[in-house]
Amino acid sequence: MTRDVVSLLQVVAVALGGLLLTGLMAKVRARAEGRVGPPITQPLREVAKRLGRESPRATAGRAQGVVPTILLVTTAVAAGLVPLAGLQTAGGAGADALVVVFLLLTGSLALAAGGLATATAFGGMGASRAMALSALAEPALLVALAAFAVPAGSLSLPVMLRHGLNAPIAMVSPSHVLAALALFIVVIAETGRLPVDNPSTHLELTMIHEAMTLEYGGRDLALVTLGAAMRLGLLLALLGTLAVPWGLATSSSPLALAGGLILVGVKSTVLAVVIALVEVHSAKLRLFRVPELLAAAFVVASLAVLVGVVAR
Amino acid sequence: MTGVAGAVIDLAAVAVLVVGVAGLWRRDLRALVGLLRVQGMALALVAAATAATQHDVGLAVTAVLVVVVKAGIVPTLLGRVARADPGARESAPLINVPSSLVLAAALVGLAVVVGAPLHALDPGRAAALAPLGLATVLVGYLLLVTRRRALSQVVGLLVIDNGVALMTFLLTAGVPLIVELGGSLDVLLVVVVLRALLGTMRARLGNVAIDELRELHD
Repeated sequence: MTRDVVSLLQVVAVALGGLLLTGLMAKVRARAEGRVGPPITQPLREVAKRLGRESPRATAGRAQGVVPTILLVTTAVAAGLVPLAGLQTAGGAGADALVVVFLLLTGSLALAAGGLATATAFGGMGASRAMALSALAEPALLVALAAFAVPAGSLSLPVMLRHGLNAPIAMVSPSHVLAALALFIVVIAETGRLPVDNPSTHLELTMIHEAMTLEYGGRDLALVTLGAAMRLGLLLALLGTLAVPWGLATSSSPLALAGGLILVGVKSTVLAVVIALVEVHSAKLRLFRVPELLAAAFVVASLAVLVGVVAR
Repeated sequence: MTGVAGAVIDLAAVAVLVVGVAGLWRRDLRALVGLLRVQGMALALVAAATAATQHDVGLAVTAVLVVVVKAGIVPTLLGRVARADPGARESAPLINVPSSLVLAAALVGLAVVVGAPLHALDPGRAAALAPLGLATVLVGYLLLVTRRRALSQVVGLLVIDNGVALMTFLLTAGVPLIVELGGSLDVLLVVVVLRALLGTMRARLGNVAIDELRELHD
């Protein structure tokens, strides 16, 4: 029973937090560039406004209508499974890292299919780019998660995190540091931030995520935006929790859960600010240079696994 | 105390390898020289932390020597070469960057598999990390054979040397000071000679892309 409550709490927190983090990142960027910027609640308001509108769809719009639902549901299930606030979620020990990765991948696959379904040039281009990058980012993500799994000897997230909580010294081990670094790069690629994708432009040559969602409007767009924001919130929280598992509630007392929730919020906020500041100081990479970055993430992740095996 | 020193050795040893791999990633020659400097510092940290755990004065002197030669003089000399040719980049390596990174990951895996028995020599914690030195040597070889610029090849050679030094520090807790002194002076001599050679090549040919040299001149 309490497990279900934890999961539900996490889904709501990831949804709200994701939107607020998106707003926060835009705000930090604006401030660092000397602008005032939109209020942090802007994405929340936009989604709320659009939810009440009808969705204009292309003639072959059936697939397009299903996509936002798939994206949202898979991300929400992943957010409910991953231990973010408390160690015990509805998934129990079955909250496997691979399951989470494939849930997220299903979401991006649906989004790419939706981009193709609109049958516009931009949709197809965005889908093709997103899939190419996803194919490179996914191995790095899997290997980075494997590196976190090596000390615990299990890919189950609760087991991994419990091991991390019990051995705080392992947090400065080289394997852990490298794995966190690799995961950081992958999170940037997966959430479509600079230098991989620029979320604040609709320039035809550079769009990836925006190109796929260009034909969406009204409620569909609100759901896609919410899905993307949840993905951002979930990945940042996952990175923060895996890198520094402190504060994760091991008991099911409301106080511990509240503390865990607040701490995971703080960790994700810190990460979001760091990413936003990185964005201010970096230009978007040329599309054909992105594989180099992702290959670097893959190598760092493999080094983390190998070093973890050597040092065990 | 041992716990902290052990953690420092772990981190610094891995840093030596990671910086070597980063050398495959960066194309900017000046950044490459900067990486070499960082690698020298990490290597010195390994030596210093080992000296602290073993209370070995000779090794502490070696650590200072490593800082001076491998993080000081050698990168500075190479930095001058790089500055003489501003904007020089490793624009077209023989194997492109993503492939060479993946290849590096495979080489590190190979080193870990091949180097596993080294652990039996000395069941201490440091010896378990010795495969990282072997991996650094292999990554240095990769840098040496796949890059076209003479300067990157010199950096590859020095990465190999750093890998060998890392292995000595981890496996034997340092060789006698006189051997280390000889090794360091040797490297210094090589760098001085190569630097002079690079200067002459640029003066005669205008660039130092080794791959474009086709015939011998007297």
